[in-house]
Amino acid sequence: MDLEKTLERLLDNYPAKVYKNRKAHVLEKTSDDELLEVAANARTIPGIISSRGCCYAGCKGVVVGPTNDIVTITHGPIGCGYYSWLTRRNKAVARGDNKTDFIQYCFSTDMQESDIVFGGVKKLTQAVQEAYDIFHPKAICICATCPVGLIGDDINAVASSMTEKLGIKVIAFSCEGYKGVSQSAGHHIANNQLMKYVVGTGERKVGKYAINILGEYNIGGDAWEVERVLKKIGYEIISTFTGDGSIDDYSCAHKASLNLVQCHRSINYIAEMLKTKYGTDWVKVNFIGVKSMSKALRDIALYFGDPELSERTEQVIAEEVADIEDRMDYYKKRLTGKTAALYVGGSRAHHYQLLLKELGISTIMAGYEFAHRDDYEGREVISSIKVDADSKNIETITVEPDESKFHVYLSKEQYESLKDKIPLDYYAGLIKEMDKGALIIDDLNHYETEQILNYLKPDIFFSGVKDKFVAQKNGVLSRQLHSYDYSGPYAGFKGAVNFARDVDMGIYSPTWKFAVAPWKKSTVLEGNLTGGEE
Amino acid sequence: MRQVAIYGKGGIGKSTTTQNLTAALAYRKNKNIMVVGCDPKADSTRMLLGGLQQKTTLDTLREEGEDVELENILKTGFHGIRCVESGGPEPGVGCAGRGIITAIGLLEQLGAYTEDLDYVFYDVLGDVVCGGFAMPMREGKAKEIYIVASGEMMAIYAANNISKGIQKYANSGGVRIGGIICNSRKVDREKDLVEAFAKEIGTQMIYFVPRDNLVQRAEIHKQTVTEYDAESEQAMEYAGLAEAVDGNDMFIIPKPLSMPRLEELMSEFGLMDV
Repeated sequence: MDLEKTLERLLDNYPAKVYKNRKAHVLEKTSDDELLEVAANARTIPGIISSRGCCYAGCKGVVVGPTNDIVTITHGPIGCGYYSWLTRRNKAVARGDNKTDFIQYCFSTDMQESDIVFGGVKKLTQAVQEAYDIFHPKAICICATCPVGLIGDDINAVASSMTEKLGIKVIAFSCEGYKGVSQSAGHHIANNQLMKYVVGTGERKVGKYAINILGEYNIGGDAWEVERVLKKIGYEIISTFTGDGSIDDYSCAHKASLNLVQCHRSINYIAEMLKTKYGTDWVKVNFIGVKSMSKALRDIALYFGDPELSERTEQVIAEEVADIEDRMDYYKKRLTGKTAALYVGGSRAHHYQLLLKELGISTIMAGYEFAHRDDYEGREVISSIKVDADSKNIETITVEPDESKFHVYLSKEQYESLKDKIPLDYYAGLIKEMDKGALIIDDLNHYETEQILNYLKPDIFFSGVKDKFVAQKNGVLSRQLHSYDYSGPYAGFKGAVNFARDVDMGIYSPTWKFAVAPWKKSTVLEGNLTGGEE
Repeated sequence: MRQVAIYGKGGIGKSTTTQNLTAALAYRKNKNIMVVGCDPKADSTRMLLGGLQQKTTLDTLREEGEDVELENILKTGFHGIRCVESGGPEPGVGCAGRGIITAIGLLEQLGAYTEDLDYVFYDVLGDVVCGGFAMPMREGKAKEIYIVASGEMMAIYAANNISKGIQKYANSGGVRIGGIICNSRKVDREKDLVEAFAKEIGTQMIYFVPRDNLVQRAEIHKQTVTEYDAESEQAMEYAGLAEAVDGNDMFIIPKPLSMPRLEELMSEFGLMDV
């Protein structure tokens, strides 16, 4: 079926008002020159089953949660804490003298009815004290859930009084689930607090090629694989935000010469504030796929402008590629010609397209759950994004240059000449790298998922746990790109092979031919037609 | 069993009116009554209980956990009137609205609503600020509402606002307004204004309770007027109110006034010039 018709049929079932709303979220890329504008970061229509998460999920689940040497307490009823416990498979290893790894634990104040009525502040204070007494973490983060905001528990007051009492950082995040239109609000709130209370508070001596990795959450061990390669080349990774992250490392993040931004959506606030406050440039990278990873490594080397570093980079790329080439070729032969649809994240639906392309798989539809227009169209549109009431509701903090810690790596001339060569302080977005004829759908909902699978019949649908089974019940293979199901790492060179292996395994599984509904194979109802002539 | 909720602006005399009304109903008409105080301050039953500070439902729930018995929270006061205080958090913390919902839910579960009751009165704090304070008028609870008001501007404003709440619940449930009780503040043309307002929203001024210092005097003695001096004029006024409420058959869905109309009404009665 041609795309025009697909789109028409997709939207035609909607009532007029919904049609008008959803039409702006659904685009077809017809040419490379056309500037497409997508409606994004807008309210989901009530009644539509959305796969989006909440503000708390974005703050605790995505950004704060993966930090492994702090205790993160969910202040609220037990469900929020329980269901955000390790579900994103952010891996971490025990470290330090005490071999601490707190992300294995689930900390919650387990609010009960009487805590709602009488206020939960006492219980929270007690929880912070207990967490400190038992675990002696380097810091304690408090993440608020919906009822906390409704009853007005002053978690910031608890944080500041306990900071004073315990002598460690206690940081409160007012990330009540209902804030904003998606988990994106939570990323912003987490970024703000980390910047306000952590970054810049530490001090350490750093070497020549000191970098931070921002927006890499070590799902299935991604960060470890990326860090392995970066270290092999000779980079000093001060901190990774926040996969297997350490609060001590975050506090020294301002010492880096360059920030690598993997997930633009969830961490661009910190990247920008580091630039303003400390002068650190950032470069947009994509660690997913052999070519993307190689390009990222070359871009980083270019930034530092050291021929020896570039040479070493080429050497490492050659070694790594040689190691996986045969297997990638093997999978490419088996997967060429397949099609994929992606509905994931605020970066992943872009990043994975490039790896899929290397495997011969074309992406026929891609969309983000919670991205903003700049993640689709590129940062050049930021100034033209209309700030609506929902966005205004989320605190934006501004930072001033910190004269004592401000440092610039590049001269003005170097910066200008490099700007055309590498994505310096810039993200081009998803649309530019998509093929002509592909669909872009923002905030894809349950109904649209079913229709898209039905019309476009992709060989594989990449999404999350909420929509995965919608696809599989329709007989379409689905892999989770939020958690990688039980696999990973998928990033970097070795990760690309893991990914190819998993896709190949799924596509060539005989499962799908058994997944036919019984009523499609034989009659399940028998009856006679009556009322006419016998 | 008639379930009645008393609303009105804060400080207008809801608790005083409710206690004096229920005392008269019990004393003169021998009614079985339960009064549920829905105010975190927990002072809705003080005069009926002779100043007895009873433990509130929510405090009991918090301290006893799940093992709450009805006798812990329900005390019998003047003329057999059963008194309950829902209680709530200290000012500025927690959620008083949720507290009322929890407390009433608990009363139901403990079997406080026995069949021998003729009346259950809910004395509800101030304005209907959130869902919790509307709990007494939700499905299966109070079907009749009386608003206590005076001839003061803010009291009428509040009464109009409360009517909006009643209208909302009336359209989905069975709640109706039974009338406005005028608790006199001795302002000019008070009776006329309250009567006109009541008529305009479609209801009646069910009774005009005159101001009398005896009420305060009885209050100081932690008694209702009926208990303090059953033969006094003021006690007779409350008897009249009890009679009017008991015999009331005018239950309607109120039609709250628009702001301009309300202001117009106020100026008609000379209030806006003050």
